[in-house]
Amino acid sequence: MDLSSINPVLLLASLIVASTPILLAAIGELVVERAGVLNLGVEGMMITGAICGFAIAVNTGSPAAGFAAAAVGGAGLSLLFAALTQLALANQVASGLALTLFGLGLSALLGQGYVGIKPPPTPKLDIPLLGDIPFLGPVLFSHDLMVYLALALVAAVWAMLKYTRAGLILRAVGENHDAAHALGYKVVRVRIMAIAFGGACAGLGGAYLSLVRVPQWTEGMTAGAGWIALALVVFASWKAGRVLLGAWLFGGVNVLQLNLQAAGIAIPVEYLSMSPYLITILVLVIMSADKSRAPASLGRVFHASQ
Amino acid sequence: MTLKTLLTGAALAVGLAAAPALAQDDKTRVGFIYVGPIGDGGWTYEHDQGRLAIEEHFGDAVETVYQESVPEGADAERAITQMALNGADLIFTTSFGFMDPTISVARKFPDVKFEHATGYKTAPNVSTYSARFYEGRAIQGHIAGKMTESNVVGYIASYPIPEVIRGINAAFIHARKANPDVQFKIIWAYTWFDPAKEADAANALIEQGADVILQHTDSTAPQAAAEKAGGVVTFGQASDMAEYKPFPRVSSIIDNWKPYYIARTQAVIDGTWESQQIWHGIDEGMVEIGEITDAVPAEVRDEALALKDAIAAGEYHPFTGPLKKQDGSDWLAEGETADDATLLGMNFYVEGLDGEIPQ
Amino acid sequence: MKIKLEKRPQPSRRWLYLSPILAVIVTMLAGGALFAALGKNPVEAIATIFWEPVFGEFAFYYRPQLLVKGAPLILIAIGLSLGFRAGVWNIGAEGQYIIGALTGAGVALALYPMEAWFIFPLMIVAGAAGGLAWGMIPALLKVRFGTNEILVSLMLVYVAEQLLAAMALGPMRNPEGMGFPGSRNLQEYPSAHNAELIAGSGMHWGVVAALIAVIFAYVLLGRHILGYHIRLTGQAPRAARFAGVSPKALTLFCLGTSGALAGMAGMFEVAGPTGQVSIDFNVGYGFTAIIVAFLGRLHPFGILLAGLLMALTYIGGEIAQSNLGLPAAAIQMFQGMLLFFLLAVDVLTNYRLRLVPRSEAAA
Repeated sequence: MDLSSINPVLLLASLIVASTPILLAAIGELVVERAGVLNLGVEGMMITGAICGFAIAVNTGSPAAGFAAAAVGGAGLSLLFAALTQLALANQVASGLALTLFGLGLSALLGQGYVGIKPPPTPKLDIPLLGDIPFLGPVLFSHDLMVYLALALVAAVWAMLKYTRAGLILRAVGENHDAAHALGYKVVRVRIMAIAFGGACAGLGGAYLSLVRVPQWTEGMTAGAGWIALALVVFASWKAGRVLLGAWLFGGVNVLQLNLQAAGIAIPVEYLSMSPYLITILVLVIMSADKSRAPASLGRVFHASQ
Repeated sequence: MTLKTLLTGAALAVGLAAAPALAQDDKTRVGFIYVGPIGDGGWTYEHDQGRLAIEEHFGDAVETVYQESVPEGADAERAITQMALNGADLIFTTSFGFMDPTISVARKFPDVKFEHATGYKTAPNVSTYSARFYEGRAIQGHIAGKMTESNVVGYIASYPIPEVIRGINAAFIHARKANPDVQFKIIWAYTWFDPAKEADAANALIEQGADVILQHTDSTAPQAAAEKAGGVVTFGQASDMAEYKPFPRVSSIIDNWKPYYIARTQAVIDGTWESQQIWHGIDEGMVEIGEITDAVPAEVRDEALALKDAIAAGEYHPFTGPLKKQDGSDWLAEGETADDATLLGMNFYVEGLDGEIPQ
Repeated sequence: MKIKLEKRPQPSRRWLYLSPILAVIVTMLAGGALFAALGKNPVEAIATIFWEPVFGEFAFYYRPQLLVKGAPLILIAIGLSLGFRAGVWNIGAEGQYIIGALTGAGVALALYPMEAWFIFPLMIVAGAAGGLAWGMIPALLKVRFGTNEILVSLMLVYVAEQLLAAMALGPMRNPEGMGFPGSRNLQEYPSAHNAELIAGSGMHWGVVAALIAVIFAYVLLGRHILGYHIRLTGQAPRAARFAGVSPKALTLFCLGTSGALAGMAGMFEVAGPTGQVSIDFNVGYGFTAIIVAFLGRLHPFGILLAGLLMALTYIGGEIAQSNLGLPAAAIQMFQGMLLFFLLAVDVLTNYRLRLVPRSEAAA
């Protein structure tokens, strides 16, 4: 039992890496949900991104090409969901679940030839001066490019939602699609674009798993990360900044419990693993007193004639 | 309604009895039920290698079928029944959780032979087979003890069950023998296979000073984490994990089911198959030690190979006294070796290990 | 020219029945192409999935298995459909299913090895109560605080999964199980075993319960004032409020009922086909049932058929895997496709496709 063996600098650094996949997927899903669409297929899109990214990175030798392919793959799969829910007006909950089923199968088929292969390494950016700052240097400035891209994406989504006209339209569509339609906004088009963005982000998150964090391809390797991303959006009460906080919390609980175990501290692992979900529920309850609620049109079918 | 269901029941009874006869032809059919996908690169992958070895060995005389990712419980029972109905002569069920379904189906198909991996229930037509992986762990432990410079060895364990606890004890005993200062840090991942979690666990151990990582989970994620960290030694688990040779992976324990699967198929063909409970180790080739790479000093490699030979020849048992339990109570007296019953139900740490086994 | 959707004044009865058939045909074509791409004979593969379980050589075994596989799906989906009709979204049935299994099995394990007639009925009550309690959490939070029940019920699935692992490794672990995780096998405990009522028929109490639930839901929705309230709330929430329907009471009723049914399904499964509490006890029935509810168009008899169709693709898919060597992933994709097409064609029931000139479409 030796708490001093836990190095807070390394703990925080690995927390940031561990939270990146769910952060990417969650920020995408946040945009989707702000547009009033509930896509439960995050897990399916993530794993499809994981294999698309892995396959292209292995074949081209370029992790960058891999990440691009992962975004395309995730977005491509999400368009199936978009077609179902936006054009054929199918129920979103059922369509999302079907998408996950389909994505898990598709990725396993695509990945048959890629088991036991090492992907090309994604270089770490050791930022010269900043990386040398004690404490902050290793925690914040010694990661790979995708970590910063994920953080930038969070900032971009936050700014987009808050300050831009596009963000305003997106929120209007999510809050009241009939009113938005009456104002002349293309509800369906906005939503399809949001869904594709969400798919691309989920794909990137998956590829971060298969190319950086693990890095290898195995069937079912996302192991529920997509579902955690869904929880994260709720935890964040649909606010971009809080997604970051939530991702660190969800990633952090896991990293922390492993570190506590390694330090020889007996902890009830299952009960600790429940805690982020219970906290999320608590946040939902507290939030209900707050003004920030779920987008009003979340999960509802829109048809222009209604 | 009642009449109809009665008739269905009768038809089923007749059908079950007649089924093996229906599908008779000269080929021997061998079925495999897998708990994971064959692309998992670990446990199921190695069983499937065993299946492919049967196909190669027997050629046209044997036909194999398999079903992957079979959930334990009712679905397993149906999958096994389905294979038996379709004329399988021999069925391997390759996960502990398939134990009760295997026994239950075996009762209905007395003419079909069943082989259940890692379980403890048998029947006249059900054998069990398992590997003495702890023999391999002893060798890993020795290498780990010699290789560590920080004297901290990290161990990624899956679930607190006898199989895993046995492995920890075997590795620890031999690491201590090789290096009296060695400490084990153990993380229970509560999964057999979750690459992301395994990577996190490996990182946590490395950050806390471990420079050797042993794993009882099946993915190569810890290998990759060690490679990234640099200077950390790992061992392949379940399969060779040769893509991480020669470093960080310096050796491995390989589950080699091929000889056993071929022998049992041959026994069915010859009509000599009998129910048995076997627990094979290095000697019979079921536990294989993957190449010890040049990253290990020659002297340590020789010691490890000598240990392997002594175990294989039956001259040395990895659990030989004097050994005490963690609480300091006596377990094995000088020269005494552990009996299989104690090993199979092992639920305690040996003296020197820190921490508690979670309950 | 552009295709435009036009809402039908009334759902088309013709398309209500035709659209699922259309979807199955399209799936067969698309799935056939997939199987052909994998180098398998598409006709043989499709026939194996759809024909073999019902009319094939070993249909005497597979037909009862359809009931075993379909019953939990139907039982859960019936409960969910009530809520879905009223706009109450319980997507945490998987968690309620787990808790029902834990409470149901918990009663049996606590009383082991006593043999008595009342044990099994007590387990049913306990299973239903466990699921009910788990379902009431999102219900009460929604009624009291206005929290979103979709999200709370989903979160509770993960909590339930962790609880299941804790139970299988801890308090419920079989003391004679050589230290392996997992409880005693209830199939070997006569008073607690949910055995087949007639050997080889597949009929166990869970199947009976599913059939009762179908009839019960049909009568409730068609004949009872509560069913009328559920339908009214779903179609016209404001009108429902004027008619004196209490949305809070309805939320409690819908989540409670679906939780109790899911809990019962879990209990019947753990005491019967599965037999024991283990870490991987749940195999996704709670999520699949959501799809079944929609495939059945939220109609009790539709759900009955959809549950059996889903069971058919599972069992047929397994046969195709082991007989034709199709990878499990291909079957998963095939199921995904079937769901996509079934969901997509539903639009034809409520909408008419019309070709309109571009100018009009823009309007």
